Amino acid sequence: MATLTDPPPTRTAPPVRPYRRRRRSAGELVRRAPVGIGIAVLLVIELYPLFWLFMNSLKSSQEFISTPSWALPTEFRWDNYATAWETGSLATTIRNSVVATVPSLLLIILLGVAAGFALEVMVWKGRNTVLLTVLAGIMIPGQMILLPLFTIYFNLDLTGTLWPLIITYTAHGLPLTVLMMATYFRAIPREIFEASTIDGASIVRSFFSIGFPMVRNAVFTVALVQFFLIWNDLLFAITFANRKDLNTIQAGLLNFSGEYGALDYGPLMAAICITVTGVLVLYLFLNQRIMQGLTAGSIKG
Amino acid sequence: MKSVLGDRRAIAILLGPALLVYTLAMLVPVVWSLGYTFFKGNALEGFRFAGFDNFARLVADPDVHEAFTFTVKYAVLMSLGQVVVGYALALFYVFVLRRLSSFVRTLVFFPVVIPTVAIALLYQKLFQSAPRDGVVNELLVNVGLGSVDWLGAGDTAFVVIIVMDLWRSMGFYGVLIYAGLLDIPEDILESARLDGARRWSLFRHIVLPLSLPILLSSVIFSLNGTIKVFDSVLALTNGGPGTSNTPLTLYMYRTAFAYGDYGYGSTIALLLTIMCFAVTVVIFRSARRDITA
Repeated sequence: MATLTDPPPTRTAPPVRPYRRRRRSAGELVRRAPVGIGIAVLLVIELYPLFWLFMNSLKSSQEFISTPSWALPTEFRWDNYATAWETGSLATTIRNSVVATVPSLLLIILLGVAAGFALEVMVWKGRNTVLLTVLAGIMIPGQMILLPLFTIYFNLDLTGTLWPLIITYTAHGLPLTVLMMATYFRAIPREIFEASTIDGASIVRSFFSIGFPMVRNAVFTVALVQFFLIWNDLLFAITFANRKDLNTIQAGLLNFSGEYGALDYGPLMAAICITVTGVLVLYLFLNQRIMQGLTAGSIKG
Repeated sequence: MKSVLGDRRAIAILLGPALLVYTLAMLVPVVWSLGYTFFKGNALEGFRFAGFDNFARLVADPDVHEAFTFTVKYAVLMSLGQVVVGYALALFYVFVLRRLSSFVRTLVFFPVVIPTVAIALLYQKLFQSAPRDGVVNELLVNVGLGSVDWLGAGDTAFVVIIVMDLWRSMGFYGVLIYAGLLDIPEDILESARLDGARRWSLFRHIVLPLSLPILLSSVIFSLNGTIKVFDSVLALTNGGPGTSNTPLTLYMYRTAFAYGDYGYGSTIALLLTIMCFAVTVVIFRSARRDITA
């Protein structure tokens, strides 16, 4: 895994100086010791809370009272997970999160990349004004659009659906997407797009056939950033989808903790664990792309 | 040559949909929200005109002062923490771990993607003091210090909020700044090394000046996020104990939905928006001076 995750060495990683590599003296070992300690500390800081969470999710309610929290469970109570799944209606909240996130993501990418192209590659009067207006949106807090949108959705009778979330996520995600895409397009010479149209293709077509594929990696990065922003949103989720059957994972977990968390720790810990494991699995699949994507931004991949 | 890149129809096709969504669901609500600041009431019960009452109330409201203070305190400390720890991590990745850094990077980044509510509930239990101590208090007791009612007092709860959010976000800033550090041309570093620059002087005279742009972007990015802090505080302490750790975002939310006052809620939201813009403008201004000076 380590080698795969590394960016291409020729362009990114600072070359390891070979003459230092060969000398493996005692002094070298002493010099490297703090490195080992540094890594170990980071490992403990990152992993112990998660390990502790997992162990506590397997304890009975009796054990929470009678044993210290760092103690390992005497028997593994896997039924905590079943209880969490049922009482926390996790199936519903996961479905709601997926239904709200996927369409928003597709819309953000399609609209945002096209807009970034139009604002950065195309040449027209007023594009700087429009670009600035869109970019100003990055700074606007959700609170500033919350109440009017609530009123609008209420009057359009959309409050019983997930549409308010999809619409809001799309609009709220566009500014950052446009900014990032405009930055990526800036690195590509305009002549490439001009040349492609000489063959008779319209510029819209050359956007889809040349522009979009050229920034494919950037699109992936942008999509990942937006995915986690949307997946982990709480403000819009508790405002526009506060009915229990519309709760997303975040809102559902909050309600679950409010209703049952004080009574029974095991299932609450199990519910948290399920939530964490969900993103962990996704993360393990995607982390190489995430790291490549985030670092590729600077090497104009 | 009149370029194909000036094709108006193409621009409309590419830009139109995004601009439409952005206008209808961002710009119109912002203006609408501005309008609300002159009214009292809510969508269900109707509105009545209130003139500048909301602004007068905003200036005099002790709860707003408290929330404003919390937001500023949190944003400054958190941004400082995120950028300093992120920079330390990035330097560790690039100059110490080098090619081996990918595993550590991956690991430290993981909390970034965990839903904030899950993290907040986990930290509630880690820092718990009743009915039984959580693991943090157990550790304190074992090294001879007393157990602390972390979430029971404003100051200690604030510490938990900072620790939690730093744990959650440091991996992101680590990778963000790491990406910036990779842009420092290797030949500059190499020639500095040949000139005899080692460790501290290499960092002080070469690496630090060259990483200022990425640090600046990180600060702006960070402040813009931390001023909007909402979900982690809501889930961890719900602004408590009392109202001691209530950010403006949460106070706005309560005003609008618990007390049904959209007008005053929008006024608080406007204050929040102005803060976000002010921070960005001020930083950009001062940065431009630094770079050109």
